[in-house]
Amino acid sequence: MARRVLPGFGLSLGYTLAYLGLIVLLPLAALAVKASGLGLGGLWDTLTSAQVLAALRLSFGAALLSAVINAVVGLLVAWVLVRYTFPGRRLFDALVDLPFALPTAVAGIALTTLYAPKGWLGAWLVPLGVKIAFTPLGVLVAMIFVGFPFVVRTVQPVLESLDRDIEEAATMLGASRLQTFTRVLFPLLLPALLTGFALALARAVGEYGSVIFIAGNIPLKSEILPLVIVKQLEQHKYSDAAAVGVIMLALSFLLLLAISLLQRWTQRWTER
Amino acid sequence: MTIAINHLSRRFTDFRALDDVSLSIAPGEFVALLGPSGSGKTTLLRILAGLDFPDAGELVRDGRDLLQVSARDRDVGLVFQHYALFRHMTVFENVAFGLRVRPRARRPSKAEIADRVDKLLKRVQLDGMAQRYPSQLSGGQRQRVALARALATEPELLLLDEPFGALDAQVRVALRRWLRHLHEEMRLTTVFVTHDQEEALELADRVVVMSQGRIEQVGTPDEVYQQPATPFVFEFIGKSNKLPVRIQNGRVVAGDQRIEAEGLEGMADGSAVAYVRPEHLAFTPAALESGWRATLRHVYLAGSVAHLELDIPTLGQTLEAELGGEEAQRRALQAGMSVTVQPRHLTIFPLAGNSGEPDITRRRVVHPRYGQAALARWR
Repeated sequence: MARRVLPGFGLSLGYTLAYLGLIVLLPLAALAVKASGLGLGGLWDTLTSAQVLAALRLSFGAALLSAVINAVVGLLVAWVLVRYTFPGRRLFDALVDLPFALPTAVAGIALTTLYAPKGWLGAWLVPLGVKIAFTPLGVLVAMIFVGFPFVVRTVQPVLESLDRDIEEAATMLGASRLQTFTRVLFPLLLPALLTGFALALARAVGEYGSVIFIAGNIPLKSEILPLVIVKQLEQHKYSDAAAVGVIMLALSFLLLLAISLLQRWTQRWTER
Repeated sequence: MTIAINHLSRRFTDFRALDDVSLSIAPGEFVALLGPSGSGKTTLLRILAGLDFPDAGELVRDGRDLLQVSARDRDVGLVFQHYALFRHMTVFENVAFGLRVRPRARRPSKAEIADRVDKLLKRVQLDGMAQRYPSQLSGGQRQRVALARALATEPELLLLDEPFGALDAQVRVALRRWLRHLHEEMRLTTVFVTHDQEEALELADRVVVMSQGRIEQVGTPDEVYQQPATPFVFEFIGKSNKLPVRIQNGRVVAGDQRIEAEGLEGMADGSAVAYVRPEHLAFTPAALESGWRATLRHVYLAGSVAHLELDIPTLGQTLEAELGGEEAQRRALQAGMSVTVQPRHLTIFPLAGNSGEPDITRRRVVHPRYGQAALARWR
């Protein structure tokens, strides 16, 4: 083994692995063991039941959509916060983190109150035919709310670190503002944007507290996967609950892995 | 393609970056804007580039008002001090950028672009590096990519902002010689900004010395070194000794010496400052009537040149003199020895009566007359 200058590699690696195993892998393994109690046939039946399929579609569909929306809006907000100075900018900047700090149930109740047919916003929107509370749209709104800070906070420092030089260089070479953004700035922001996107997505998929208040939780319509799991637990169908948990986990893992690979590709210029 | 800069002024909130600056740049000329930081040289460059705009004055290229033309359309290539390469693009993509963003009608075909980029990379001696990313290149290589990128759009004017500022001393010297050769081949009108006098004197056809938003002097490298027009240029370029003197009855009074000199004719009596370059001080160990008595305090042997510190009690100051390194060793110069010092040339700025500032309009270069007592300068 090569000699190392920095001490403590063995100890710290051992500690890290043990910790990761205890905190992350052990519960997940227990989950898989529990789910295997169903047998393959039972597992298949559970996962292909109409209720689970509908919830799968809603949970992942709404989470993906919310992450996309958060990526676009988050980029915009980060841009405004970094590029412009205006009165109240610091306050605005601090407000971005609020969805992190607020207990999710509080957020859910607040959103529901706002969008309920008699709420401040609902009173205007419902007559226009836009029903948000107690529909899949409500799920989306709650997910957007809880995932909002991620993209802002990942893109902001990268945007701050970009030199004006490169934009000026692009201009001097004849690029329009749009070309400068699409060819120069966006590719440089993309890795951070993807990180934020992945975080927002993961948060939205796993979100429970705020969503169940606004979703209405109508089976087959506005019921998210975590709620399906809770319901199964209440009926003492532990193995089914574990099975749904495993499929959520597997899908999330695949999505995050894909994003991470994409991100490495967009950052290929830093690797060498 | 002549560029006329007329009475440009640019104010930032707390200071004047440019104060009534006028300059004309001839086609194919290689011009250096030289000055300390805050002298306005970079502001002038940015105005030429179209990245900044003056509060007053005009900028005309061949009869066309450039201030009405955006940076995109000025046909100006700019090389940044810190390269400003697109780090997510390969060397090839960086150089091709200016061609690829052109509107379809003016955009060369893919093959043409590839061909032109290849030629440029050969020209800047980076062939074979096309597929690398900037992070894989050395500083000197990055700067050459930046140069190739700026040249790709075939600009009419090339601007360089402290082009060698971020490089090692050795790379810097090699790269600037190379840039000079490149300029001689291409004859592209070039303006570069630097605070390094050596760089400016070595590279440029003409040096524009700037200070506090004003042009102090414009001239060939030889002119600005040999005939500085103002005290600032004396102090900024090369080394110089500054002495307070008095003009009295057609003589320069300095310390215990009343120096008769050619070029003093008709000069009014009064206080003045005199500048003398270290290499224009002659000295000998012999005790002579004409010339200051001095003590050699230190000899710094820096390779080919010896820097000497001469304490002159009657002047109450220390002057710096220079001598060839070999000569200094041959003469067995010792710290502590007594010498007689004679200035060969003095540049004199009378002090204006009201402000006490040196009056640059009454500048005189005078040559002291020592007659028989003149010292042969040691070489």
